[in-house]
This record gives sequence, structure tokens and C-alpha cells, in this order.
Amino acid sequence: MSQPLPHISIALAGNPNSGKSTLFNALTGLNQKTGNYAGVTVDKHYGNYTWKQTAVTVTDLPGTYSLFPKSMDEEVACKALLSETEKQDVAVIVLDASNLKRHLLLATQILDLKIPAVVVLNMIDEAEKSNITIYTAELEKLLGVKVIPVDSRHKKGIDDLRQAILDAVPSGTVFYNFTRQKELLPEINTYRGVISSFLNGGNTELITEFELSDNIHRFTSINYMVAKSVKQPQQLDKSLTQKLDHFFTHKIFGFLFFLLILFVIFQFIFFLAEYPMSWIENGFVYLMNLTAEALPQGKLNDLLVNGVLAGISGIAVFVPQIALLFFFIAILEDTGYMARASFILDKIMRRFGLNGKSVIPMISSVACAVPSIMSTRTIMNWKDRMITIMVAPLISCSARLPVYTLLISMMFANKKSNGIFSYEGLVLMGMYLLGFAAALIAAIILKYVLKTTEKSYFIMELPVYRRPQMRTVLMLVFNKVKVFLFDAGKIILAISIVLWFLTSHAPGKTFEDIEKQAVSQNLTENDINAQKLEASYAGILGKKIEPAIRPLGFDWKIGIALITSFAAREVFVGTMATIYSTGDSENTETLREKLMAEKKYGTAQPVYTVAVCWSLLVFYAFAMQCMSTLATTYRETRHWKWPAIQLVFMSGLAYLSSLIVYNALS
Amino acid sequence: MSTLDTLTEGQSATIQSFSDKFLSLKLIEMGCLPGETVKLSYVAPLGDPIAIEVSGYMLSLRKQEASTVQVNVISEN
Repeated sequence: MSQPLPHISIALAGNPNSGKSTLFNALTGLNQKTGNYAGVTVDKHYGNYTWKQTAVTVTDLPGTYSLFPKSMDEEVACKALLSETEKQDVAVIVLDASNLKRHLLLATQILDLKIPAVVVLNMIDEAEKSNITIYTAELEKLLGVKVIPVDSRHKKGIDDLRQAILDAVPSGTVFYNFTRQKELLPEINTYRGVISSFLNGGNTELITEFELSDNIHRFTSINYMVAKSVKQPQQLDKSLTQKLDHFFTHKIFGFLFFLLILFVIFQFIFFLAEYPMSWIENGFVYLMNLTAEALPQGKLNDLLVNGVLAGISGIAVFVPQIALLFFFIAILEDTGYMARASFILDKIMRRFGLNGKSVIPMISSVACAVPSIMSTRTIMNWKDRMITIMVAPLISCSARLPVYTLLISMMFANKKSNGIFSYEGLVLMGMYLLGFAAALIAAIILKYVLKTTEKSYFIMELPVYRRPQMRTVLMLVFNKVKVFLFDAGKIILAISIVLWFLTSHAPGKTFEDIEKQAVSQNLTENDINAQKLEASYAGILGKKIEPAIRPLGFDWKIGIALITSFAAREVFVGTMATIYSTGDSENTETLREKLMAEKKYGTAQPVYTVAVCWSLLVFYAFAMQCMSTLATTYRETRHWKWPAIQLVFMSGLAYLSSLIVYNALS
Repeated sequence: MSTLDTLTEGQSATIQSFSDKFLSLKLIEMGCLPGETVKLSYVAPLGDPIAIEVSGYMLSLRKQEASTVQVNVISEN
């Protein structure tokens, strides 16, 4: 019988840009998971490794500049370090070796918590390249804990670190301003006590007073420590970063380069992603046919094929776009360019209550809101991030395109274009502009409506440029795809099965009656399907909601399509094809003719007047007809409140706009 | 005495004091201490925010935030 290995939990803490993620990857390899901290939107990254017969669980805390958090991410990191329920046995404090002075602030704060700790001089290779020499033994003496130089990229020093973690002890040195603390907060006995009082909303004014004098006190001793243990050249060579900054923040080239980046991202997720997406779809169609034939006919077969497999296919199809978008974002973040993009765009985006980092998610929304909402994770400020998430789905995504195309072609079927301008193209462009305008207006409104306790500022580090590390980039892509498939995927699958049930079941024996009649009346397959859909629960629902949508010019047939296209907007076209029994949904030509020939019951008036087409067009531009977006919003905000607001607000906007458009035109 | 937002590109100054408590806490933990030398490296293309060099690294902040930092200009260049 083997004994279970002794187990310890350690946390990686450090400033943003201290190379923590790279160190985390070097320590744990592929052995990592993503979870979440209770009640907040911050992802929890943890992993495992074994060293000298000890199992170690590593948590990669969000980056923080100090133990007095100034944002939600920072608060999570601080709370995790102080947690009594999930106690960390060792704090691994990660410092950028080239930037010791600033990074030592957090380090001395954590050492004052009196937990066993190790200090990592990360990216030591870069410091050496800049001719910075750090006398580790001297620094160890001053800090009172082990100091390990590590080059995470090339995995040098990792084993030394693993050993030091097992041997870690709390520092015996006190760094904080003890006298000031006794004066201001006499009832608190330890530094840990001050931090936990701050985190629990204690006397903020006195604590802030303490924090101010304490930080200045700390920097005085840090200056001494750096003078004693670091030898660096008078002038650091930052010429590469300076040259690149000159270009990236240039009045003309800076914006041109950003546009180029947007263009490349857009090409990839809008056009190139189509290939792997159609492979996935075709693969699933093949699998569905295979399953349908292999298993005995019946309800179970239908559920498995048209409910479960179709649902999974609908989830998997998002993977290429998510993977590609995060591939680019990870590179932009890793190289340090993202901070510059944010820098040059801040002034424009600020007006809309948005952030420089909102631009990439907003543009990605033109392809799909799902990867777009996931990518708002790079926005550190809570309010800016929430606004971006809420307005991104208003931007016209690629799933709206088939709907737009069908409706616009109906509106202009009898008009010929004059010269170079085609009306169709103009209206289509107008729809995209409408989406952008709606998103920006909604953002301005939310800027005033959303309340936050988090103070907003734009004090941001512009990190030095680094070569992106493929390993870190791919790990991020992998984790994002996994999170989407398993978290948002569950919800999407559940709704798919509900929708499948609604369209494939009818009360009583209706379906059997239709099939019996079909034989006697010699109906085609298409006609049978149309009759079945009308008789199904979805059909009944469509008829039920008709009174509500009649003011918009919609009939019950459109009502059915509204219900089924909740799965994805483009399903509208397929459902209309089924209802009008044109069969193959790819053949929109026939569908368009059928729709245009449709007359109001008992009259000679067409159903699809120009007013109805416009009304439907505007409805699809604004309506939250997408369960995948709702599921993703839930995953990213961890609260049902936000997708619920999105659904109500967008559906309301769609209804009102359609009502106005329909009445104005008819 | 002037404020950090009024520096021109390439100008250096010494930080004297802060007029906003919350921002001063954030700025100090980012290495902007009283007595520290800062240099205005460049301004964003639209005139705001600005990028300064402090404690051996680059920091960006909005002009409105920089206006809460009192500085003594030490050099023209």
C-alpha cells in the first residue's frame, strides 16, 4: 500500500507584467485547470506538480500592485493570500528582475503577512542582458527569505525554486511602518490585521492614511535595499522600446498600424474561420447521418441526432473563431502592444464610457458576439468591461447576414440598380452602421446608468516589448476554448434540446395524423414537414404570440421562425424554408419567390410588403436572438442578471424600433 | 511649481506633492513618489493620455490625473 503524498498549496503573487503566467506554465506544464473564485468574474488558474515526494497545488493569482486592492482583480488576489479557509502554505512572490524597485513594494507587503515565502527574480535573463547585476545573497539577508533567480522562458532555475518552496519560512524582518500603525490604528495588532480590516471595509479613512505613509516608509527601505543589492548602469538601454513606441503611438502610423491589426484579425475570424467552421459542421452532419442509420428508428434516435448532436455541433462551430481571436489577443498582450493600442484610443473610447481595449471586442462582434464577449477579459476596469459586454451583441454579426440578405433581396426584387450603386449594398451597409450606432448610443446610456464602487482611472504600465511566447499563447487559447465548451456549452446544449423538443413534438397524435393523411393525399416530403412544424409546440407557440407581433406586421409563420431562430439567427431562413415547404434551405431563390407570392388570408394583399421587410430587418438587427451569446454573457459575468438585462433590453429595443418602422412605412 | 500634465515632451521634473488622495495612493504604488524624477516621454496622438518615464519604466496616465501631481521642472531638453 502506498501512502498518499504529503500535499501543500502555494500561490503565485506578483505585479501584472511580472511574467507570472510564464512561470506558472513552467512549474505546472499542461497540468492546469481553470475554475472561478466565489461570487466574482475572475478566473482562477491552478495546476499541480510533484517535487521530492510532495504534491504541490499552485494557484496563479491575478496580478496586483499592492495588498490594498484598487480593482476587483486585485481584491481577489489579496483575499486569496489572506484566506483562512483556503490557506496558502507558501507565497511565491514573483518580481521582474529588471524592475526590482517597484516590484519590491508588493513583496515587502506580502512578507509582512508572516507566511512562508520565496522571492523569485523572474526574467533574470533580460536583467542580465541589460547589464543589471543582482547580489542574491545580499537581497536574501535584507528580505529574510530565499531569493531565487529564474528564467521562466527557458525553464532555468525552476528546480531551485521548487526546492526553495519546500524549505520556505516566514521572514523575520518587519517592513511596515509600525509606529504609524500604532498611532492610527491602535486596536489592530498586526499588518495582516490591517489588510483584513481594509478588505472587510474597516475604517477606510484611517487605513488610507496608514497606507499612504506606509508606502513611503517602504520605498525608503526599498531604495536602501536596491542600493545595497543591485548594480545597474546609469542609463538603461531602452532604445528598442523607444523606437517601437515612436512608431506605434505616431499620429498617423500608430492608427494605420492599429487598423492593419484590426483588418488582419477581421480577415481571420470573419473569412478564414469559415473553412474550419464548415468542416466541423460537415463532420457533424456526417456523424448525425451515421448515428441515425446505426441506431433503431424512434424517439431516442431523434433526440440523439437532432437534439444532442445538433446541439453539440452548434457549440463546436464557435471554436475556430474563439481560438483565432484569442491567438491574436494573446500575442498583442504578450508583446506589450495592447497597452499601446489602449493608449492611443483612450481619448476616443472614453467618451462612450468604453476603454481603449474595447475596440478589439467591438470589431470582433462583426464576426460573432461570443468570442467578442469572451475577449473583454483583457479590460481590467469592471465598468468598462460590463459596458463592452452589454453593447457588443448590438453590432451586426455574421449570423444576421443570411437574414439580411434574404429580406433585402425581397425589398429590391422589382427594382434594378442604377449604375454603380446597388440599393441592396447600400441597405446592407446601413444595417451594419445601424448596429454600430446602436452599440455606441447604448454605451453612452450605460455609462450613466451603471453604478460601481470601483474608482476609474487610467494609470497603466506600458511594459517593455517582448517576443511573444508560443507556449503561453497556446495555453491561453486552449484554456479559453475549454472554458467555452464546458461552461457556456452546457447551457447552449440544454436550450438546443428544448428547442428540438418544441419543433419535433406536437400534442396528441397530430404527427401520426399528418403522416396518415399524407399517404392518402399524396403529399411531398416538404409539405409533410411544413404541416408538422405548424402542428408542433413551436408552431402552436408561434400562433400564440401572433397577437403580440401583429403590430410589427408579422404573422404566425414569422412567429415560429422567431422562436426557432433563438438558437441562432440564421435558423430564421431555414425555418421559413420549412414552413413554406421549399425544402432545401440553401435554395433561397425559391423561398424568396414563395414569400413574395404569399397573400394575406382571404385577400389579394401581399404579406411581405416593403414595410414588413424593413420591420423584420430592424427587428433582427436589435433583437437578442442568440442563446449562445446569452450563455457566454452568463459565463463571463457569473450572474443571470446580466444576460437577463441583455435579453429584455435588446428585445424591447427591437420591438419598439420595428413598431415605429412598420407604422411609419405602412 | 507646475503640474505634471503641463510638461512638454522630453521635459523632466521632480514630484512634489499630490492633490487627490485616491490617485496619490495609486500613483505611489506605481513608483511615483515625492522626490522621484519623472520625464514626459510622449503624448498620445490625440493629445491625451501621456506617457512618463518613472522609476525605470514607462507609465501612462490621463492628463486630468496628471494634473493632480505637483512637480518642479528641472530641465528643458
